[in-house]
Amino acid sequence: MLLSVEALHIPDGFLSVLISAILWIVSIIVVVYSLRRVGQNLDERQLPLLGVLAAGIFAGQMLNFAVVGGTSGHLMGAALATILAGPWAAILIMTSVVSIQALIFQDGGLLVLGANIFNMGIIGVTVSYMAYRTGISLTGNSKRGILAAGFSAAWLSVFIVSLSVGIQLALSGTSPAYLAIPAMAGVHALIGVGEGLITIGALSFLLSTRPGLVQPEEGQSVSGMVVWLAGLLIALVLVILSPLASTRPDGLEWVAIEFGFMDKARDSLFQIIPGYELSGISAGPAATIAAGILGVVLILLASAVVMYSRRQRQISGK
Amino acid sequence: MDPYQAGYSPVHHTDARVKVVFSVAFILTTALIPIGSWPMFVLLYAILFSLIILADVGVGRVLQRSILAVPFVLAALPLVFTTSGEQILILDLGLWRVTATSEGVEKFLSIGLKSWISIQAATLLIFTTQFPDILAALRALRVPRLLVAIFGLMWRYLFVLADEAIKLRRARAARSGDSGIRGMNKGGSVSWRAKIAGGMAGSLFIRSLDRSERIYVAMLSRGYDGEVRSIPLSRLKPSQWTILIFGLGILGIIMLISALFWG
Repeated sequence: MLLSVEALHIPDGFLSVLISAILWIVSIIVVVYSLRRVGQNLDERQLPLLGVLAAGIFAGQMLNFAVVGGTSGHLMGAALATILAGPWAAILIMTSVVSIQALIFQDGGLLVLGANIFNMGIIGVTVSYMAYRTGISLTGNSKRGILAAGFSAAWLSVFIVSLSVGIQLALSGTSPAYLAIPAMAGVHALIGVGEGLITIGALSFLLSTRPGLVQPEEGQSVSGMVVWLAGLLIALVLVILSPLASTRPDGLEWVAIEFGFMDKARDSLFQIIPGYELSGISAGPAATIAAGILGVVLILLASAVVMYSRRQRQISGK
Repeated sequence: MDPYQAGYSPVHHTDARVKVVFSVAFILTTALIPIGSWPMFVLLYAILFSLIILADVGVGRVLQRSILAVPFVLAALPLVFTTSGEQILILDLGLWRVTATSEGVEKFLSIGLKSWISIQAATLLIFTTQFPDILAALRALRVPRLLVAIFGLMWRYLFVLADEAIKLRRARAARSGDSGIRGMNKGGSVSWRAKIAGGMAGSLFIRSLDRSERIYVAMLSRGYDGEVRSIPLSRLKPSQWTILIFGLGILGIIMLISALFWG
């Protein structure tokens, strides 16, 4: 199985539970709303369309090209999905892609799946939509305009998503802001160019074979406006927040400490039980050794069960 | 590509709903236990490890999967030097000197372990549960039906389209002449190569689109009317309830102990 490891799928363990929970709630609201929108707008054809396109985007991520040395560029796909399927369908497509990657291939964690859907599904799609629409309306409906808009949508979506991942890591206290954010931004500013070039290639191919697929819809709908504004707002907030957070980490640290307090508040729930006495006991090496012994017993027990059932099967096999 | 490992173990026979809920609860517990509560790490991993052995899916295979999270650990490495606390090592790197603290090492190790344990729990779930069963479990857990239906269709055609992608790559490899000269890339400039990859992505998109049309017609001819119907799952058996409550109880105890001693 060929899965290139990129830094946008956050694994479990790297985000605090509170941030995971908040982003789960946001993602659930947006995804449920998108499901309703898509259910209203399209006919019954949508289900096979969305499922197969999601599989197509997943497979598209396997198409890479050599850049220099051993590195290679490949696709995240949020921009392409947004341009070709519209924002609401694209949110569902990216949600499916990210969920399947986490569930089946462990590319991204389960507890942080809400955050990964938020980053690649919601931020990726809204920012792509904003950049693409803006690009189209600035350059007109020419082939060149569509390609330029596609490139900017692809680059910006990857870049903004990486900022979002960096900030979430910093907020969770897993990586210091002044390192995580510039590192993520720097690497993904380059990866975004690859994404942009592939998107241009795909769009120009589609424009020459099936131009009907890429023609932008007539007129701006109200919901399109909402997505456009959301994309603009997210992009602006993250672009302004990131340098602030990485050069002056006080603010971010303050938020992280606030979150820390809230984590502590959770623990104080347990403190009602006369915990202070227990906390006084040194739970050092002795406890670790006890846990180790318990663990070894457990593992031996499991091994014994497996041995026994294997022998049983052998006997019944004869 | 399908990671499911067929088997007859008790883990395989446990209801998918129980396994999905327990796996998520297990990962949540792993995320919640405090930094540096080593005995709890040992206990959690011992439970998981004995389940992996019990499932008889191959410890090596599970460990191989867990390597996926390793590159991300780099993001947490700076913590060793940026966390304030008891200094244990001072590195002189010419221009600047960095100090490693024991608190930093503790934090870094905890994050790495949490991630490593969680990914193995998720791996065990997918190794021992067929994906359609997981989908049914998700439906039973009130995940929106339309979303689960999209997941299901995506899963069904994932392998078909991945196959298409592999064919496209093979075709490209066959057509871009390899001169064999070092430093001379196959194909043209970087932007040319990117354009070719983009063309492949576009072609894949059209193939997906056409395939979805054919699938739609096939579904239609078999009575599809826009509604996805599935046989509802039977109620959870008492034995499965017992497993679930017992498992969650143990996780609860671990959480309680860790909160009492390290909270």
